[in-house]
Amino acid sequence: MMNKTGVPLLFEISTPGRRGYRLPDLDVPEVPLEELLPAEYLRQQEPELPEVSEIEVVRHFTQLSRLNHGVDVDFYPLGSCTMKYNPRVNEDVAALPGFAAIHPYQPEETVQGALELMYNLSQYLAELSGLHSATLQPAAGAHGELTGLWIMKAFHEANGEGHRNEIIVPDSAHGTNPASAMMANYKVVEVPSDGRGGVDVEALRKLVGPNTAGLMLTNPNTLGLFDENICTIAELVHAAGGLLYYDGANANALMGIVKPGDTGFDIVHYNLHKTFSTPHGGGGPGAGPIVVSEKLAPFLPGPIVVKQGDRYVLKQPEKSIGRVKGFYGNFSVLVKAYAYIRSHGAEGLRQVSETAVVNANYLMHHLKDLYDLPYNRHCKHEFVLSGRRQKEQYGVRTLDIAKRLLDYGVHAPTVYFPLNVEEAIMIEPTETETKETLDRFIAAMRQIAEEAETDPESLRSAPHYTPVGRLDEARAARQPILRWRKA
Amino acid sequence: MSEKRLLFTKDHEWVLVEGNIARVGITDYAQNELGDVVFVDLPAEGDTVEEGEGFAVVESVKAVSDVYSPVSGTVVKVNEELESSPELINESPLDKGWIAEIEIAEGTQLDDLMNAEEYQAFIKEA
Repeated sequence: MMNKTGVPLLFEISTPGRRGYRLPDLDVPEVPLEELLPAEYLRQQEPELPEVSEIEVVRHFTQLSRLNHGVDVDFYPLGSCTMKYNPRVNEDVAALPGFAAIHPYQPEETVQGALELMYNLSQYLAELSGLHSATLQPAAGAHGELTGLWIMKAFHEANGEGHRNEIIVPDSAHGTNPASAMMANYKVVEVPSDGRGGVDVEALRKLVGPNTAGLMLTNPNTLGLFDENICTIAELVHAAGGLLYYDGANANALMGIVKPGDTGFDIVHYNLHKTFSTPHGGGGPGAGPIVVSEKLAPFLPGPIVVKQGDRYVLKQPEKSIGRVKGFYGNFSVLVKAYAYIRSHGAEGLRQVSETAVVNANYLMHHLKDLYDLPYNRHCKHEFVLSGRRQKEQYGVRTLDIAKRLLDYGVHAPTVYFPLNVEEAIMIEPTETETKETLDRFIAAMRQIAEEAETDPESLRSAPHYTPVGRLDEARAARQPILRWRKA
Repeated sequence: MSEKRLLFTKDHEWVLVEGNIARVGITDYAQNELGDVVFVDLPAEGDTVEEGEGFAVVESVKAVSDVYSPVSGTVVKVNEELESSPELINESPLDKGWIAEIEIAEGTQLDDLMNAEEYQAFIKEA
């Protein structure tokens, strides 16, 4: 079975007897495996592995890598994912032996540098969020959400208010918010958006009450819009006895400009892999530290790093909800995020957010006449277009527009999300793109808008110039072939 | 299946009432918006369902959506063909793509449901 890309599988180029390496002759006495392992753990047949030379393996994977699209190849405006460039200096720092070659079971005295880094990173995140203390354990944003909700629950229970069982989530939220709330055994209550794309405050007023445990909000939200009523929203939730959780997915818009804690949030997570430039999207892993207010600090997962004199020690917070991950989180991701923060400095981080916002507004301004813009106001780091005009007038769907973009050498934006925009196209350029790249993207989107009018069929059958054409996604999901089998 | 005999919800389910049995599915508009359906999570026979609460899940290449029950009652039959052929929801949403039959609990009102004409007007507005 030759796949359509023209790159044969390793099994297909396998030649009996070919080897990529030769082991030296045995220079110790041979021990039969049967003496070392119980019979049931010994395989009866030789494993069928591909037999290939080293250069065949190198060429195979190099060829496959050239079929891929990543931020190191070209523009990647995947809304809500913050596919910014990942500076190479982060990798250099993470590869230092003092970080890369330590073991989590080493005594604290021998890893003071690593602990200092974790302590400082927690402090920086606390400063950026306007809150008190952090845990670096959660492995990604959704893990941070779940951890935050468990802290919320522990806090309410400690106050004798364990009956609070409702989490309020806007209709524009990331799917992870209601999913995390369900995982934490809460009931999800949806609050609609108002005409300007923010939380409908009047609707919220009717939803908060004695059962409200908290509200989860992304600000700017998934429309890329800053919720102007955030202080009123916080007052309403707090007055009802609930807490506010900040989903930091869109924090790239606000660094050094707005501290979520100042606007009333009690718990914040940051996606280090988005905002702080560590590789993600297949290249992870991620990290989703959370920062909490002073009254919630005793409930944080432990251990956390605290400073005693000039020493750093690991300590369990007083009423800790326990561990949420093995050891100390994805440590090398923490190192890369730390390197990013230190190489930018406070002023640099503010510039990151300002440029991200300018880039998004530049694109929005040039695209809003070509496609519908349901919420026509200044955006933050991303914005959402609608392909409904193209769908109604020419029978071209957002999916077709996204597929056609691949022919122009850019990754498609996020599509069909958020759910409250019909035929949504969600575009996040990030701050790391040049004006020339943004202009090239605008030109491609203009060309595609024209093609929708003059040659809609070419969009419906796109992409035409990629290694593989339009895939049958439905069949792939209904009858997945998950591994190669010998014919 | 004549649309005229069906009632509709604002969440884009249809319901066909015969005696005390309500057959439920999703509308043509809903399947068109969802795109190719790849999996249907069916309720079990004997499950009790509440009006307005999710009782089945439809997963498409685009999204995962709850199907809300238009009535309260007990599931008496499910369309097992959807397990192997979820595409029936796209191909025949009002007929072969039905999802479940629910024995309607006593005292259930159907007043909030729309007729075909009202539903068509509703989706034009949306």
